[in-house]
Amino acid sequence: MKYEAGTIDIAVIGGGHAGCEAALASARMGMKTILFAISLDSIAMMPCNPSIGGSSKGHLVREIDALGGEMGKVIDKTYIQTKMLNTGKGPAVYSLRAQADKIKYQAKMKHTLEKTPNLRVYQGEIAEILMEDDRVSGVVTAAGAIFRCKAVVLCMGTYMQGRCLHGDVIIPSGPNNLMPATQLSQNLKDMGIRLYRFKTGTPARMLRGSLDFDKMQPQYGDENITPFSFDNVAEDIKREQALCWLTYTNENTHQIIRDNLHRSPLFGGVIEGTGPRYCPSIEDKVVRFADKERHQIFIEPEGETTEEMYIQGMSSSLPEDVQIAMYRTIPGLERCEITRFAYAIEYDCIDATQLKLSLEFKDYKGLFSAGQFNGSSGYEEAAAQGLIGGINAARYIQEKEPVILQRSDGYIGVLIDDLISKGSKEPYRMMTSRAEFRLLLRQDNADQRLMPIGHEIGLVSNERYLALQEKERLVALEIERVKSLTIAPHAKTLEILEQYESTPIKSGVKLSDLIKRPELDYEKLAPIDEARPQLPADVREQVNIQIKYEGYIGQQLKQVDQFKKLENRKLPENMDYQSIQGLRIEAKQKLDAIQPTSLGHASRITGVSPADISVLLIYLEQQKRSSRDER
Amino acid sequence: MNRFNHLDDIIAAISTPLGIGGIGIVRLSGRGCIELANQLFQGKKSLLEKKSHTLSYGKIVSHGEVIDEALVSVMKAPQTYTKEDIVEINCHGGALVTRRILEAVLNQGARLAEPGEFTKRAFLNGRMDLTQAEAVIDIIHSQTDLSRQAAVNQLEGRLKREVRSLRDDILNMIAKIEAVIDYPEHDVEEETYGNMEQGTLKILEHMEKLLENADRGKIIRDGLETVIVGKPNVGKSSLLNWLLEEERAIVTDIPGTTRDTVEEYINIDGIPVKIVDTAGIRETGDLVEKMGVEKSKAYAEKADLILMMLDSSRPLETEDKEILSFIQGKKTLVLLNKTDLERKLSMEELEQYIPREQLISVSIIKNQGFEELIHGLKELFFSGESVKAEDALFGNTRHKNALFQGKEAMERCLETIRTRMPEDFISMDLQDANRFLGEITGDVADEEIIDRIFTKFCLGK
Repeated sequence: MKYEAGTIDIAVIGGGHAGCEAALASARMGMKTILFAISLDSIAMMPCNPSIGGSSKGHLVREIDALGGEMGKVIDKTYIQTKMLNTGKGPAVYSLRAQADKIKYQAKMKHTLEKTPNLRVYQGEIAEILMEDDRVSGVVTAAGAIFRCKAVVLCMGTYMQGRCLHGDVIIPSGPNNLMPATQLSQNLKDMGIRLYRFKTGTPARMLRGSLDFDKMQPQYGDENITPFSFDNVAEDIKREQALCWLTYTNENTHQIIRDNLHRSPLFGGVIEGTGPRYCPSIEDKVVRFADKERHQIFIEPEGETTEEMYIQGMSSSLPEDVQIAMYRTIPGLERCEITRFAYAIEYDCIDATQLKLSLEFKDYKGLFSAGQFNGSSGYEEAAAQGLIGGINAARYIQEKEPVILQRSDGYIGVLIDDLISKGSKEPYRMMTSRAEFRLLLRQDNADQRLMPIGHEIGLVSNERYLALQEKERLVALEIERVKSLTIAPHAKTLEILEQYESTPIKSGVKLSDLIKRPELDYEKLAPIDEARPQLPADVREQVNIQIKYEGYIGQQLKQVDQFKKLENRKLPENMDYQSIQGLRIEAKQKLDAIQPTSLGHASRITGVSPADISVLLIYLEQQKRSSRDER
Repeated sequence: MNRFNHLDDIIAAISTPLGIGGIGIVRLSGRGCIELANQLFQGKKSLLEKKSHTLSYGKIVSHGEVIDEALVSVMKAPQTYTKEDIVEINCHGGALVTRRILEAVLNQGARLAEPGEFTKRAFLNGRMDLTQAEAVIDIIHSQTDLSRQAAVNQLEGRLKREVRSLRDDILNMIAKIEAVIDYPEHDVEEETYGNMEQGTLKILEHMEKLLENADRGKIIRDGLETVIVGKPNVGKSSLLNWLLEEERAIVTDIPGTTRDTVEEYINIDGIPVKIVDTAGIRETGDLVEKMGVEKSKAYAEKADLILMMLDSSRPLETEDKEILSFIQGKKTLVLLNKTDLERKLSMEELEQYIPREQLISVSIIKNQGFEELIHGLKELFFSGESVKAEDALFGNTRHKNALFQGKEAMERCLETIRTRMPEDFISMDLQDANRFLGEITGDVADEEIIDRIFTKFCLGK
């Protein structure tokens, strides 16, 4: 029996990492919001690895934080080990990664949602989206509750028509044996939304006490930690860190896998979904890289109040008996007791080219979509989209322009632009190599890049924003000082240079020029810079990076300038590309389907050539002049 | 991104049809083009001080070398063809000099104009009226078709294959770095600086070779270095004079500004042919005539083209055979002179040394066989195609420019490696190089790096 359950502004469907950020952003922007989840105990669940961040994903978390999102703040409170990766590789690719206490993380996030004004969490499956014409008007739960609303953010993750597989066991299920969402897929299809079928997987969990860590290498966290959130300083969140462990597969492991490949649903053809190259199952690895003698396996704790350990590197969909045999070939795992078996999961997701860059569906007003349901993979990718989806759903109701990050603004911009322009044929993972301006999109300057936007839309407090402005002032001042300060070839100078095996100077040299030398940096030169003011660590870091890599940064800024020229040439909505003379047929079809927002956007669509862009340029000019002539 | 036109950067092209002789014009358009041209200009006044729509006389100097004397016109926006700043460099040195000036301009940072791009800008900047828009689109398309035709051309095909193999090497280097960056804790073996340096040097060497050999490009730029060989008194000087005096051949004098001598280029139907050691040859033609076998051998070693003279009215002699045996396998045309007389030469014997298609019968006295010579030349160097100077130059300058920029990126990469900058920066330079080379092969970088990472390395949780 259906019944009227009330009127709200925004319904967020799903309580995973996308849903949490979407609901928090929307509620904090003043929208009356309900987050619907099939089970409230699954809010902010990490159904796979117990960690947040990593290469490029760490960037996403920093950006989420700068915009006023929650993920970084929660992981800072619940991490059990943290590490800055790639520190030897250049500032653009420094990547923060933390092992999470899964249970605490979930509890903390759920509690945050519950305490947020305007926000209500609600246990229930959504079965139907209500539309009036082409505009969202409400949602209906499977139990019949009708909530009238103005906007909906779809964040269903991997729940849609989910089925979990290992061996010949196939269970209709969401992740981790949770109930799947079985009704909404059909409703969306009936509306005319195109769905894909994707696949991913997770490894087994084991009891800590059954593992022999003497046979593995311990993996430590950083001594000097870096928080994810710009709100935190290291001292505030410092705590004792847990250990992870490293071990390896061997020929015996691989032999067992090869002998049993026919029992894998993946190789037997039972799985129809497209799996990611980014986290292949151990079967995949053994088949595709047959000559590799061993594969790394990281053993990671799932939390402090559980004895379960996560076996990173060995996701699988082999039957249980094969899993037991294969895991037990691994040094340290010989007597392992499995608590949860590895499985593959198949689910419905959308073809994201149906969305605009705001994450709103092109054809349905007020209907937004975010997260793994858009064809991405990863908690961080999901959270980033959720945040943008939530913000833009609120902006839609506020009748304001959507927040759209460009590729030159942040990884979030790259992520969404890639998903929407190219559509993904497999679960999409963020990678630093996808960001063409990555030297500008560093994790250390996410605050400078994005916090002004977060502040403008009301997710970042005045106080926080003023602190950022103060930081920027100090950085600018110090850079100016360092650039104008001449260092004389005194004995002390020469001594320092010798200490770092740097070529001695013969006459006065600007301090900034010394900082640029590869073997030196801002900190190392402190002893010969007596007038140096006391500055916070984050200011010193900026000064160093901005001076040291000035040339390279300048080069990328120039490229961004060029990039923006095409980006700023907007294309009108609902263009009829078929009628434009001179476009090639393939380009017409692609442009028509995707309806790019700018010439830059159009240029990134596969199948659109430079000549097509020239034709569009001329067409736009024609249009502009005709409309001017009419006036 | 380089795949797509920028909207207002500086573009340049040769705007006179690439005929021979007369005046050549290199035209630049875009904000900053006056400053750019000024960096190459040596005259009484800086171009920056000149009023709009004025001509200045001076020299065009690149890397300390005077390329030519020139009249440079400066036209400031908006009253110009494109409504942008325009500079036109009028030089009088013919095709080769015009080309050198264009290259100097490109090396200075201008981009080679796309087909029809001046006209496109003129339209976009409101210079032309609406009815002309379609004509502009036609230009864009006809030129695209043209380059598509060019793509099936054999030489281009070979160039692309070479460039693909270069990109392959570069991509492998990128993938290795990126795999380590994106999967920091995986046991992907990190490349040492030493290995990366070697890899970069190998790529650079390959690039330099390609640049040197960019077949047509080189021929049109430098001319075919040609040597005339044959035993003494076989008629070498009359061949030279025939080539020089033949109506269809036009002599272009290039005042060699860093050289003391005057080199002469003979234009044989669009192919510039430079006869080795011809300084002042017309006066002292007998020098060529007297050139003996030993000297011929030395010249033939480094020549692009060997023209061998044989007297068909006499049988092959020992000296002839000696020359024939050392020019075997080189790009050679054998001219059988005196076909007006009775043939005494055994063709069977001759074909043991030189394939039939490289044998050309001429009669210098009767002025016969010139067409056949041209045909033979084209067969040898351009797979029989006609040399449309414009076409060849177009494709090639663009490709060469991209290759050149790719090489510059690799040179930066070498520097980055040698100063031990972090891998990230090495990858940036490599990706630049990869993008430039992609402009030649028409491949886009985007997904290919990621594809490469996952085909080469076993990664993932």
